[in-house]
Amino acid sequence: MTKKNLSEFPLWKFLASIRLTIALLLLLAATSIIGTLIPQGGSPGDYVRQYGETAYRLLYAFDLTDMYRSWWFRTLIVLLTANIVVCTLKRFPGVWKMVFPGKKEAPSVRPGRNAQEFSDSRNPEELRAMYETSIRRQFRRHWVETNENGFRIVAEKGRWTRLGVTVVHLSVVILLAGALIGSLSGFDGYVNIAEGDSIDRIRLRNSNGVIPLGFEVRCEDFDVSFYDSGAPKEYRSRLQITENGQIVVQKDIIVNDPLRYKGINFFQSSYGSLPPKDLVLSFTRRDSGDAVRQKVSIGGQTDIAGTDLRFYLREVQSSYRLRGSDVGETAIGVLESPGGDPVEVILPMRFPTYDRMRKGEWIVAVEEHEHAYYTGLQVTRDPGVPLVYAGFILLILGCCVSFFMAHWKIAVEVMQSPGGSAVKVYGTSNRNPVGFEHRIQKIAAGLGGQK
Amino acid sequence: MNSSLILSITTFVYGLSAFLYISSWIFHKDILGRFAFGAALAGVFGNLAGLGLRWAESYQMGIGHAPLSNLYESLVFFALSIAVLYLAVEKKYGHRAIGAFAMPLAFLAMAYASLSPNISDRIQPLLPALKSNWLIAHVITCFIGYAAFAVAFGLSLMFLIKNSKTGADGSLWSKIPEARILDELTHQMVMLGFLFLTAGIITGAVWANSAWGRYWGWDPKETWSLITWFIYATLLHVRLMRGWRGRRVALFAIVGFGAVLFTYFGVNLLPGLHSYGSQ
Ligand code: HEM
Repeated sequence: MTKKNLSEFPLWKFLASIRLTIALLLLLAATSIIGTLIPQGGSPGDYVRQYGETAYRLLYAFDLTDMYRSWWFRTLIVLLTANIVVCTLKRFPGVWKMVFPGKKEAPSVRPGRNAQEFSDSRNPEELRAMYETSIRRQFRRHWVETNENGFRIVAEKGRWTRLGVTVVHLSVVILLAGALIGSLSGFDGYVNIAEGDSIDRIRLRNSNGVIPLGFEVRCEDFDVSFYDSGAPKEYRSRLQITENGQIVVQKDIIVNDPLRYKGINFFQSSYGSLPPKDLVLSFTRRDSGDAVRQKVSIGGQTDIAGTDLRFYLREVQSSYRLRGSDVGETAIGVLESPGGDPVEVILPMRFPTYDRMRKGEWIVAVEEHEHAYYTGLQVTRDPGVPLVYAGFILLILGCCVSFFMAHWKIAVEVMQSPGGSAVKVYGTSNRNPVGFEHRIQKIAAGLGGQK
Repeated sequence: MNSSLILSITTFVYGLSAFLYISSWIFHKDILGRFAFGAALAGVFGNLAGLGLRWAESYQMGIGHAPLSNLYESLVFFALSIAVLYLAVEKKYGHRAIGAFAMPLAFLAMAYASLSPNISDRIQPLLPALKSNWLIAHVITCFIGYAAFAVAFGLSLMFLIKNSKTGADGSLWSKIPEARILDELTHQMVMLGFLFLTAGIITGAVWANSAWGRYWGWDPKETWSLITWFIYATLLHVRLMRGWRGRRVALFAIVGFGAVLFTYFGVNLLPGLHSYGSQ
């Protein structure tokens, strides 16, 4: 099939049309707005509560609750990509010919509205060398044509800038290809690791899938620091990666400085504190003041050394209500002493002397409660990123070239006239006619035609 | 002397400059135009000095960071970009009447930053996610882009006014550059804006990737910047390929600037999450 045939197919024509481009860009803008008006990715319950049952069914039917991943939004993007590719294929031969014309003759330039005219008392032969030097300094290529009345210098520069638009369009395709690769073979997950613990698998964000990493990640330490105002200043996790029993990487990560290993990235994203596993309690005899300290673990019975007490630390609640008000983190246990009934002991961490009020023989208090933190990591893999970044760079370069650089062709025509020479300067540019006109005026002024 | 005082004075100086540009245009007094230019230039220096001093002050407070981290600082930088861009246009093309439409925008941005009760001008410490050089690149590129779109908006207004007044009393409107020049200048500003918006979206994406491990998440702010990008991309194509000029391009540039403003201020009104930059 030759190119000629191809361009007659209705589908090809459809995909090559700039009307399609405009329609697609506006449709993408319009539909994207919808996605910002309806919160995305919520749970069915949220939507039913906010919009009602019927409306939710409608939203769901049109994928409006997750529209940027819907088939119809993706179709728009695929169409735009096809549109760009077909347009570029169609126009590229012409652009290539313009950039590499393959012939050595001067391009054609005709006088237009930007023509500047002036006269000079010298005759053309005297001006020629001077003009040529001046033009050569400003333009990459130049040609001189002579005739019986005088001469014409044609000059050109910036032919290659016509490739700028092609680069812009290809960069969009490259970027989208990178995004596609990322969505096909990347993942986005998370994991919480308690200080001192290791994990070797993570959970996916959008499904409930679990992915094995192939190595172990250990959180040695987590730290959060605050400004005086109480706002968080820095979250820092000390991570260690172990593979086949060998420590291979060790790094402190903070927000904006992740750990990367084998294409998998670990980002600091959240943290929390774990309920303590054990507490150090003190048991003080009310009459004598003798005290014993003992570590007790949660959920276990402990004989308290040096006494005949047993303590069962039932649980630690992160908040607890005492007489109608929240006293925060509180340990709850049962104290058994021989001869007495077991008594429930409530130990709010914030009020270490609270147990005195129970008026028991023994006073129990929490001496140490060390919290372990866990660090919340975002774990991602996106093999499309290099391609996306390449697209970014090309997009910016392409825009710079196609917006601010131009293909200029100018001509300086010098004719013998009664008073010496008549000079005419004019040219064409593929963009910014106003700026180019200024430029022509400048060139003319430089050749001696004062404006 | 502290940065707040300097920036308040700058607001006033921008206002004065805008007033002088408008007077010069209405009363055909070239001398007023020269004062207006001087005032604008003084405003730019004040604006720069204010930002620089604010930067130094944040270091004295022990929470040093570039003054580009919240709504107040971004507005101050926005005003600076508009003023600098306008002065460059005046220098290059020499049409003072444009100042009557551009400098009021710089003034409004500063005045909004200083006077709105919802905008705090306190120097705040940076949250962990904002500690990134990409953030600085992101804010600078976005706001240069927005400033170019703002100037394009001013030019488009001029175009529409000029267009609707042809034939009427020539004196006031004859001072406005001819339609062809306004149209071309609008196009230049739209291209500049598009380049910087592109760079802004890209630096934002790179920043997001370094902080959260994904370069694009379709959150409302990101999405609105992309919507704005689509609108201006459409404008470039209809102009280049369908030969649109003048009135329709001016209307398009006005709609585009509406999208810019919504991306900037409106997104916080939407249901959703994007929290940074909203303080
Ligand atoms: C997101 C998608 C697109 C972007 C960001 C984009 C961007 C651009 C840019 C920046 C320019 C240069 C404007 C100038 O020179 O002032 C341009 C020109 C152009 N675009 Fe696109 N474009 C896109 C999609 C398309 C599509 C799908 C087509 C296919 C029909 C297309 C066809 C063209 C053509 C024919 C030109 C003019 C080329 C020339 O000056 O010779 N564009 N585009």
